[in-house]
Amino acid sequence: MAIYQLNVNNQPREVTVDPSTPLLWVLREELKMTGTKYGCGIAACGACTVHLGGAATRACVLPVSAIGQRPIVTIEGIAPDPVGRAVQDAWVEKDVVQCGYCQSGQIMSAVALLKAKRQPTDANIEEAMGGNLCRCATYVRIREAIKSASEQLK
Amino acid sequence: MRVALKAANDLHLTRRSFLRASAAAAGGLLVSFYFDLPASGQEGNKAPPKIYPPDAFVRIGPDGRIVIAVNRLEFGQGVHTSLPMILADEMDADWSQVHAELAPAGDVYRDPLFGLQMTGGSASIPNSFQQYRELGAKTRAMLVAAAADRWQVTPDQCRAENSVVYGPGNRSARYAELADDAARRPVPDKVRLKNPAEFKLIGKRVRRLDGRAKCDGSQKFGLDLDLPGMKVAVLARPPVFGGRVKAIDDKEARGMEGVREVFEIPLVKGSAVAVVADRFWTAKQARDRLKIEWDLSGVEHPDSSELRGRYKQLARTSGKAAVGRGDEKAMDRIPVANRIVAEYEFPYLAHAAMEPLNTTIRFDGARAEAWIPSQFPGPEQAVIAEVLGLKPERVAFHVEFAGGGFGRRGVLDSHVQREAAAIAKRLPGTPVKLVFTREDDMRAGYYRPMFAHRVEVGIGGDGMPATWRHVVVGQSFVIGSGNVFEPLLVKNGVDALALEGTVDTRYDIPNFHVSAHHPVVNVPVLAWRSVGYTHNAFVMETLIDELAARAKMDPIAYRLKLLNADARKLRGPLVLLQEKSAAWRANLPRGHAVGIACSEYHNTGVACAVDVSIENKRPRIHRVTVALDCGLAVNPLSVESQFQGGIGFGLSQLMANGAITLKDGRVEQSNFNDFRPPYITDAPVAIDVHIVPSTEAPTGVGEPPVPVISPAVVNALARLTGKRYRALPLATIQS
Repeated sequence: MAIYQLNVNNQPREVTVDPSTPLLWVLREELKMTGTKYGCGIAACGACTVHLGGAATRACVLPVSAIGQRPIVTIEGIAPDPVGRAVQDAWVEKDVVQCGYCQSGQIMSAVALLKAKRQPTDANIEEAMGGNLCRCATYVRIREAIKSASEQLK
Repeated sequence: MRVALKAANDLHLTRRSFLRASAAAAGGLLVSFYFDLPASGQEGNKAPPKIYPPDAFVRIGPDGRIVIAVNRLEFGQGVHTSLPMILADEMDADWSQVHAELAPAGDVYRDPLFGLQMTGGSASIPNSFQQYRELGAKTRAMLVAAAADRWQVTPDQCRAENSVVYGPGNRSARYAELADDAARRPVPDKVRLKNPAEFKLIGKRVRRLDGRAKCDGSQKFGLDLDLPGMKVAVLARPPVFGGRVKAIDDKEARGMEGVREVFEIPLVKGSAVAVVADRFWTAKQARDRLKIEWDLSGVEHPDSSELRGRYKQLARTSGKAAVGRGDEKAMDRIPVANRIVAEYEFPYLAHAAMEPLNTTIRFDGARAEAWIPSQFPGPEQAVIAEVLGLKPERVAFHVEFAGGGFGRRGVLDSHVQREAAAIAKRLPGTPVKLVFTREDDMRAGYYRPMFAHRVEVGIGGDGMPATWRHVVVGQSFVIGSGNVFEPLLVKNGVDALALEGTVDTRYDIPNFHVSAHHPVVNVPVLAWRSVGYTHNAFVMETLIDELAARAKMDPIAYRLKLLNADARKLRGPLVLLQEKSAAWRANLPRGHAVGIACSEYHNTGVACAVDVSIENKRPRIHRVTVALDCGLAVNPLSVESQFQGGIGFGLSQLMANGAITLKDGRVEQSNFNDFRPPYITDAPVAIDVHIVPSTEAPTGVGEPPVPVISPAVVNALARLTGKRYRALPLATIQS
């Protein structure tokens, strides 16, 4: 066990965990922030996507010991960001979700995309969202919502 | 499960008197009103009661908030919105004040036709449409009567709108003000339901009530459950189904900080080792450090390539007769040149819902409480009670939101709940959450069975199929299950769920003979969204397409010509599809081809056209146009979602790494790296959905979209490559 000082959604948080513990489980079990989901544990489905130092990152394979000073933003902390809010609103407006389990990760990937590229092409969308699995296959509406958020952010 | 629905309707006949009596006995409970105390005055400062114990469908708060109980699991299909829409419409409730809650296990929440509390068979809306309408209309009638009493007028001098009752002389009262009085009134036996023209919500595009919570991380799923003092359990399951623990070396595991218990539990077949720890990560690490010696003697070690060969041979012999129409010898009169012999292969498929399986139980000795993303609350409650030695009513059962299911949460033997109960029994007083890792979930079995089909078609002079001999080979998950539906689904040793999509075809084929073999294999199997239609519709729709091509006819025109007189629900969609896809079908880019398929499932007719090209030796799906007839579309926005999503889900069958295989009894896949469902680039770029206008009773939309897409894509590939793909998962495309 070791003590880690983390910056989660602009809040300082302290946790005492085994250094191998992935950020995903620190968020879910230590900090009780369950918006970030467990889907595969091997960075193959994207359900656990968070922003680490601004980059979309799979929290399920990131040991807490490797985080250092980099700030963490999760689905619970994305709304104050104008891009985050626009994406969430577009998701609601397009009625994207079905079971909803993967959507935290989808939204975090989409926010990272739109922060980097305000007017993404179809190819940009496929590249940025290509690792986020949705078993309900809401992909058509995910594309529409990203384009709609992009319009809103113009 | 069209056949299952028919069976369930038969079952309903035997249960009708019971249901009627129970509904009458529970009449006052059907529409219970609860109040935020002390507004109702009587019982001091107690916290407002939740819908538990389970006896309520509607709760009106003093603030005007209306909570409607949903008697189904929400796992993506949208019932958490569409069932409240139905009730709220008849109730004339203010939709902006409506909230939904998933109902716990309770007799009043049984499916009114199936007689079980369950979610499945695309039946939530079809079976509960009338029920929720009546609940809404009765609630409204009680509120109106309460207002009429207060004003000393008759109810028909009053009208309700948007949670307000209006009476003569500009009088009005909000539902919240009337609820207290209304609650003391008897529930009326008969009420007038609205004419479709009076609907304000039904038939409108209404966004999901759970939309925002699923976008900001606040929606809790079963796996998110957190209780004071809760522990997490992970299982080490045997490497071959049915294997037993012989010896455990748990020294290293027990030495880890946070590990509480390590012990063996029985499985439905064989046994497993449970590790209970304070945290999931600890439990998993400790589980992975166990050294277990397994006893695998006496259990079959299935091998899928061996099974494939065996099934193929079996398919060349007649099985148990399922359907025999016309003259079986008619084939002999068809010239060999006018016959097609087609052999098909389908692999085991995992459901791989995004939320891995989980169940949380707290056992206190005399009672228990369970939190489960459950499709079958009643049966699972009974199983937990059985394992814990309790009466079912001693198990409080909360239905949690589920991250998908696709069949995997509708397990007939309730194995997950048995396992979780066996673990909870060892830790009285401690809530324990059993969590499957993705690997556990994928390797635990309960797959869509492997199938082989062999079809011999004799083509008549008009290019239409004159004679059809069809053999289906595959495991049955119904035969021997002891399930309540077994006697209705299994006739002459043939499982209707394995043959649906073939035996109930809407095509008019005069000489039609179908038989089945159901081998017993040591791999647990289960329904997978759209059940028998996953493979039967694929066989039927690819062969019909081949016949249309041989006859040099348009594939839609050919189908319309071949459909029988009962195919009303398919004709509308086919004609609508023709109209809606004509423009793009006539202007396909070079290297693209169109594929057509149709299927009627759960009384919902579906037809689709796909625009496909080949990229990197795989199909690239540019566009899908789909037309459907589901009767009255309660929420067209939700119907559209189900069709867009169901089409994406159906493509799972075509994925290059879309199969579960076994070698020496061991499942070869473990996670999304080697079992790959469709990602965004595998899914269609665009899907336009067209609903045939209808005011007929609503029919299911959860499963009907799934069967059409894979045959449609393969039919397009046949146009592009000249090759008929009859083995799934789809091999590399050589163009």
